[in-house]
Amino acid sequence: MALSIMFIRISLTLALLCVLPGLAAQPLYQPLGQPAAGLSDKPEWNLTIRPDGGTLPAGSGNAAQGKLLFEQHCAACHGFGAIGGSAMPLIGEVGSLNSEYPEKTVNSYWPYATTLFDYIRRSMPPSDPYALNSNQIYALCAYILSQDGIIKADVELNAVTLPQVTMPNRNGFSAIYPQ
Amino acid sequence: MKKAPLESRRQFLHYTALSGAFAGFSLPSLAAQTAIDYREILPQSMTSAGGDFSNYGQPSPYESKIIRWISANPDMPGNGVSWSPLHELQGTMTPNGLHYERHHNGVPDIDPATHILLVDGLVDKPLSFTIDALKRYPMQSRICFIECGGNSNSSWHSRPIETAAAYAHGLVSNAEWTGVPVKYLLQEAGIRNEAKWVVAEAADAASLNVSIPLAKLLDDAILALYQNGERLRPENGYPLRLVLPGWEGITNVKWLRQLRLTESPAMTRDETARYTDLMPDGSARQFSFEMAAKSLITSPSHGMSLPDNPGIYQLTGLAWSGRGKITRVQVSADGGESWVDAELQQPVLSKAFTRFSLPWQWQGQYAVLQSRATDDTGYVQPSREELIAKRGRHGYYHFNAIISWEVSEDGTLYHVYPD
Repeated sequence: MALSIMFIRISLTLALLCVLPGLAAQPLYQPLGQPAAGLSDKPEWNLTIRPDGGTLPAGSGNAAQGKLLFEQHCAACHGFGAIGGSAMPLIGEVGSLNSEYPEKTVNSYWPYATTLFDYIRRSMPPSDPYALNSNQIYALCAYILSQDGIIKADVELNAVTLPQVTMPNRNGFSAIYPQ
Repeated sequence: MKKAPLESRRQFLHYTALSGAFAGFSLPSLAAQTAIDYREILPQSMTSAGGDFSNYGQPSPYESKIIRWISANPDMPGNGVSWSPLHELQGTMTPNGLHYERHHNGVPDIDPATHILLVDGLVDKPLSFTIDALKRYPMQSRICFIECGGNSNSSWHSRPIETAAAYAHGLVSNAEWTGVPVKYLLQEAGIRNEAKWVVAEAADAASLNVSIPLAKLLDDAILALYQNGERLRPENGYPLRLVLPGWEGITNVKWLRQLRLTESPAMTRDETARYTDLMPDGSARQFSFEMAAKSLITSPSHGMSLPDNPGIYQLTGLAWSGRGKITRVQVSADGGESWVDAELQQPVLSKAFTRFSLPWQWQGQYAVLQSRATDDTGYVQPSREELIAKRGRHGYYHFNAIISWEVSEDGTLYHVYPD
């Protein structure tokens, strides 16, 4: 076979190209992505909870339920009352951030309550991620947030009420990108 | 009580000055050569057959102490780090088995035959890619460092930590990453105008997720399949890792499973509660991303001792910047009172380790060794005093100030804060 016909010529293969305006040096390749619209709606591909709460699941929980769950699943590392152990303290120290000894707890530092649901679901407890169901996660969020009065003790957290929670440090962050 | 060290210029040598006391060698005389039994005079390695071939080579058993130093939480052993032993290495490329690690819940076991990458969100058509498919795309290689945002974080503490150089500053490594430019896949899926950010998610037991500006993924981001020529090591993201040259480690998502295009960041735990810098006024810097210029003298450094007095020592170290090329590294032996330019090993690459060196003559004097990097944006690595004046003491992340090794009169080296 002549060497010249073993190499693809750009003029013959436009159908395979992702041709974009302004990208003169676009290399040749065959697009191999498989249509995946069906995957995008599935729960296992919608794990991230945004601050608007758009992908929060159904379910609800309150602080009293959360206290029992906390003692069972969390206290061994985070300490009874969530004041810290081998793992971080989760409560208290609200207002400490500009003091000589600032403490970055969930309640003093985290800007969004939705992040708490997101993080518990994806990684807690570390020995058994995804073992907790949505009701249990809402309850744990309610327990932690109520410890510093961010929500009242009898509030039911769910997909509607969790994104409405205003964290004490909501406006404490300034993005330095782009500089 | 500190003594005044000698001015730096008087301690660093020009190559032509290496003569005199260190050149007293004589030639061996020729002995009569009769009936020599070479087996008696040659080392055993030359007089007996060597060892077997190996399917995958390992370091010499004599180097068994050159290891990553592991620091993890005993109650959660998958959450921790291992430090790359930079003070034991030379050149600029970090061997794959010694590349630093930061895991949030252990190293996952992922079968590449079943792993997919989903590109979705604000795209014209969501697409999934198998690893086999990705291997058919045009690949690029990029030599770059990856540094954990928490590297050197003990240097925020009020007392200097006394440990080997890289066990405090070795959450940074340098490798050649090879894979598919991310922009090819995003263009194939069709980027919608509203898309500004991308949420990257990992397939590990932390399901780690972070938000990344779309502009970076369209710039120089790579979906890495290979590390220093071989497939990624499990602890560095096998089978697929997002590599963002110059950007902090947490954004170089290992075990990548999804890129979701969005209008705004997701405000995940690892971009709010962590990897943000708490400032003295109680506010926090978020999305710092680019790792600022930094350097570290790897030898001589903490825990080493200088055997000869007087003696000549090859001072050497590493410099890097997440914003471009290192243009200059200066070294000081008098705690920053005076500086001398070090030699830079070529080639100097953007966003990659740059090796610097300079011969140093020690004559038993008290000294404080420092290095200071400048990058091609003109940014100069700050002193610890300057960094703390700007950012306070509670930043915890992104420490890039000058690091100092004190040389005592008996030739022992310590970590000090000279300020």
